[in-house]
Amino acid sequence: MQQLYPLFVAIPLGVAFLILLFPKSLTKLVEVIVAIAEIILLIMVIALIGHEPFSYFIGKWIPPIGITLVSDSISTLLLLLINIVGLLSLLYSFKYMEMYTSKIRFYSLFMLMVAGMSGVVITGDIFNLFVFLEIATISSYALVGFGCEHEELEASFKYMILGSVSSTLILLGIAILYATFGTLNMADLANSILANGINRSVLFAEGLFIMGFGLKGAMVPFHAWLPDAHPSAPAPISAMLSGVLIKACGIYAIIRVVYHVIGMTNITHIILMSLGVLSMVVGVLLAVGQWDFKRLLAYHSISQMGYVMVGIGLATPLGILGALFHLMNHAFFKSLLFLCSGAVEYSTGTRNLKEMGGLFKRMPVTSSSCSIASLSISGIPPFNGFWSKLLIIIALVQAEYYAIAAVTVGVSFLTLVSFIKVQRYSIFGDLPEKLKNIKEVPVLMGTVLVIFAVLCLLSGLLYPFFGNTLLEIARDTVIDQQKYIQLVLQVVP
Amino acid sequence: MGMSLIVKKVTQFVIGLIFLYGINIILFGHLGVGGGFAGGVILTCGFILIMLVFGREKAIQKMRTNVAHFLSCIGALAFLAIALLGYIDGTFFFNFIDHGKEFHLHSAGLIPFADIAISIIIVSAIFTIFVLLVFFGRFVGDAEEYENDEEYVGNIDRNL
Repeated sequence: MQQLYPLFVAIPLGVAFLILLFPKSLTKLVEVIVAIAEIILLIMVIALIGHEPFSYFIGKWIPPIGITLVSDSISTLLLLLINIVGLLSLLYSFKYMEMYTSKIRFYSLFMLMVAGMSGVVITGDIFNLFVFLEIATISSYALVGFGCEHEELEASFKYMILGSVSSTLILLGIAILYATFGTLNMADLANSILANGINRSVLFAEGLFIMGFGLKGAMVPFHAWLPDAHPSAPAPISAMLSGVLIKACGIYAIIRVVYHVIGMTNITHIILMSLGVLSMVVGVLLAVGQWDFKRLLAYHSISQMGYVMVGIGLATPLGILGALFHLMNHAFFKSLLFLCSGAVEYSTGTRNLKEMGGLFKRMPVTSSSCSIASLSISGIPPFNGFWSKLLIIIALVQAEYYAIAAVTVGVSFLTLVSFIKVQRYSIFGDLPEKLKNIKEVPVLMGTVLVIFAVLCLLSGLLYPFFGNTLLEIARDTVIDQQKYIQLVLQVVP
Repeated sequence: MGMSLIVKKVTQFVIGLIFLYGINIILFGHLGVGGGFAGGVILTCGFILIMLVFGREKAIQKMRTNVAHFLSCIGALAFLAIALLGYIDGTFFFNFIDHGKEFHLHSAGLIPFADIAISIIIVSAIFTIFVLLVFFGRFVGDAEEYENDEEYVGNIDRNL
């Protein structure tokens, strides 16, 4: 397994370029190839769960000279999410993407995005992280504008401009760290920062990183691109963007930089907490008034990422555990919600909640999975969202942040309100005259929705079975900076 | 189509040198400044010069866009294959072949091959981007003039 670690990037990258060589008539074959590639990746991640942490030296260059790949429990968690959501979105898109032309290019960009995100997650070199970040986001710019309609191109352009600004900020931060310490290896950087203390250049770089990665992760002052970009993309891509991209490129990168490279300080703690609270509150307030189904979901992504950020910023073990758990749960229920909105759009041709109603009679599978996802995101027991929100709130109370805990509960209530609205206007109520003849989505799409719904239920209930091997060890990895440094630097191949 | 006879004749003399210079930069990238990217850009500049001087039809004849598309995929796959070849000696990207003598062409193992793969991607990708801008940029800019020009639209269909 250790030897095969670079294949997490190499397989999707190779498939992305290979399938472009096929002519349009072989689209079915291409679908088989990408599905097999994703299944192989998923099997590899599952084999990685519970594996001892290790580092992999590319080209046998010992760090800090060469590029190092690091496998620890947090990267395994993110890889697992990327590949589960990736595989299911891919299966969903086989039917869904028939609305669009040139499916092969879609799969190619999709695999490039998966390659970029996997690269961000497995690398131990900060410049390498930037390169993979660019691969993931540039392919996502193209995917957001995939429909080539007026609105989609505008959203894609806006996303591209803001994304480029954030990339420039990140690159500037990397340049400052490199100028100060002369190394790009994250563990080596952490070592130098530990030895020299946090001086002004490090603080400046950290500010740039929080801004840059915060923009990729759509924290509130930097969120403007997300409500345009996520609704404009095709539904499977919305699920990927909201389900994993903002986590791998935003939250994960912030965790790595803040906890492992620079080290958690009091000021960072305050900044991350305030970013989190702000995202939580502003996101949900903007979401309540939306009538566009996907746009509403996009605002909720901002709000839910606020929860994760509060947990990360809290920096207590329970807070981090809650944040990681919520990150995982959000990947499941938000992907499911976006795929449901896609299914509704596939059948009814509209995203406007006012034009829907009574879909339960015509589309039982979509409607019931949409209900499960809504209950999960609103934090109703026994679905997964409840448990992770509960953990975050308990952690806040334990750390004596009573006001923030109260805000968290209030935001959860507003989330419930806005999803009751969604239920009322889309699933229940009267079926409009012109939607009398709609049909349930094809079997494959329905199966994907059901699998996600089952995941939403099980990831909450089965926590005692997987919590230890997946999440609690990831929490220990996040907290232990020394262990990370040792893992990369002290090991001789 | 294209520019005056003087420019065409001078270009015919110069173009070979430009290509040679680009290939030189690619092959000696591991010894001096340059490499696959810089050399690839110089090669593309040669194609762009052909396009400017002889008109776009001529340049498209030299390298059609679907060929360019094919080449860029092949280049990327070749680069990936070089990385995977490292597994022969156990590690991804391992430079396993003989490193040769210092300061000679044969002195860096796999690096020159990686440079060649990169240059293939760069030439085909930048050329494709340029051609697309030339065709579609014109189409958007003078939309009224070209929208109904069937010959022009047909040209795009044939070439892309």
